[in-house]
Amino acid sequence: MAKRSFLIPGVDKRLLIKDSLKTMPDVTRRRFIAGGASLGALTLLTGCDVVDSSSAETMLAKVSKFNDAVQAWMFNPDALAPTFPESAITKPFPFNAYYDLDDAPDIDGADWKLEVRGLVDNKKSWTLDELYKLPQVTQITRHICVEGWSAIGSWTGTPLRDFLRLIGADTRAKYVWFQCADKDGYNSPLDMRSALHPQTQMTFKYASEILPRAYGFPMKIRVPTKLGFKNPKYVVSMEVTNDYKGGYWEDQGYNSFSGS
Amino acid sequence: MASLTVTDAHVRVTKAKVIQPAWVRIMHWVNALAMILMILSGWQIYNASPLFGFSFPREYTLGGWLGGGLLWHFAAMWLLMINGLAYLVTGFVTGRFRRKLLPITPSGVLHDVRAVLTFKLGHDDLTVYNYVQRLLYAGIIVVGVLIVLSGLGMWKPVQLYYLVMLFGDYPTARYVHFFCMAAICAFLVIHVLLALLVPKSLRAMIIGR
Repeated sequence: MAKRSFLIPGVDKRLLIKDSLKTMPDVTRRRFIAGGASLGALTLLTGCDVVDSSSAETMLAKVSKFNDAVQAWMFNPDALAPTFPESAITKPFPFNAYYDLDDAPDIDGADWKLEVRGLVDNKKSWTLDELYKLPQVTQITRHICVEGWSAIGSWTGTPLRDFLRLIGADTRAKYVWFQCADKDGYNSPLDMRSALHPQTQMTFKYASEILPRAYGFPMKIRVPTKLGFKNPKYVVSMEVTNDYKGGYWEDQGYNSFSGS
Repeated sequence: MASLTVTDAHVRVTKAKVIQPAWVRIMHWVNALAMILMILSGWQIYNASPLFGFSFPREYTLGGWLGGGLLWHFAAMWLLMINGLAYLVTGFVTGRFRRKLLPITPSGVLHDVRAVLTFKLGHDDLTVYNYVQRLLYAGIIVVGVLIVLSGLGMWKPVQLYYLVMLFGDYPTARYVHFFCMAAICAFLVIHVLLALLVPKSLRAMIIGR
């Protein structure tokens, strides 16, 4: 019998891979957005050329931008995501990515440095040891995936707003843009108000243990007021910027704000 | 001259016979389109992480992949919500709901269900809903409200936390959303079937008479 390797204790990685495959990016997908538009119901829309792929995509992209604005308007910086007792934690907490668990970044914590760029006073890079010395808090919150499933986990780390203050970030800037070590280069923009939310965290631990590779070692950004894909793992740099730089999933069509 | 008088009389008679006023017809068909878009894109979203041991056939989903399905769902929701809200307000303000859907009595429903099953239910006067219709139409309005509330709760579980709490928690709101969809689909099958069996009711929903 083949030896099973466990990246997350107790979790068969083949099952996890099966789960993660569902989010595999597929270059042909975008074409289907418009392809699906020709489905029965839409033929009712006479005079409106929705079956034309580019106009359907343009219309949907416009509504998605409008939805970004609506969500920003709805966002209450003081509204906290519900927290849970330890007994509510989902075990095992699922691994989820667009790649196989074996392809997850394998980062050497001793070599890793967090790069800080953009509209900040102090652009020095941070080693893991330096970051570990910052005050940390623990939060047990619900992670909600864009796919619909959710799981409750325990994350420990430094509130991002404290770190932004520490490095003298211009908090009037529009975004904090994260770049990650995931294969094909994961990145994601976070609007400044969500970045300054009291529960938004630079996460170094899961369930009181150093963040395992499966969950984003050495650092993840945990944003309980955003869908899971806006919680980048394996972060290597953050940039404070006024420019919208796009994101791995955002560029493929997921709503950019995706707040909860 | 005489013919003109007759025409006038005809017009008056015709006006009095309007079964479905224009606002009902417009909102009905806008709702039909919005519902179909929401259901087909919703099936796409469901397929990304099925609640049960089945997926919806790809041919009956909208958007091509999860991202596309979400774009459709969160675009069509505006059509559904704005139209639905206008329908509820107009239905209450004009008294149409009270006039057409009430009262709903258990004995009335039982009587009409029996009549349906023995094919004795008349459809002579389409301006009056029988008890089965009243129950189904009132019921589907309640389901429509529930599916929107559970959907909004899932969309904004932090900002609209009280909506999630209404259903218990986020995963429960997901199930409520699914079962409301199932109820709407079941309603749709019966509704379309009956409209085809009584074609003059379909005509009334198109031209009003």
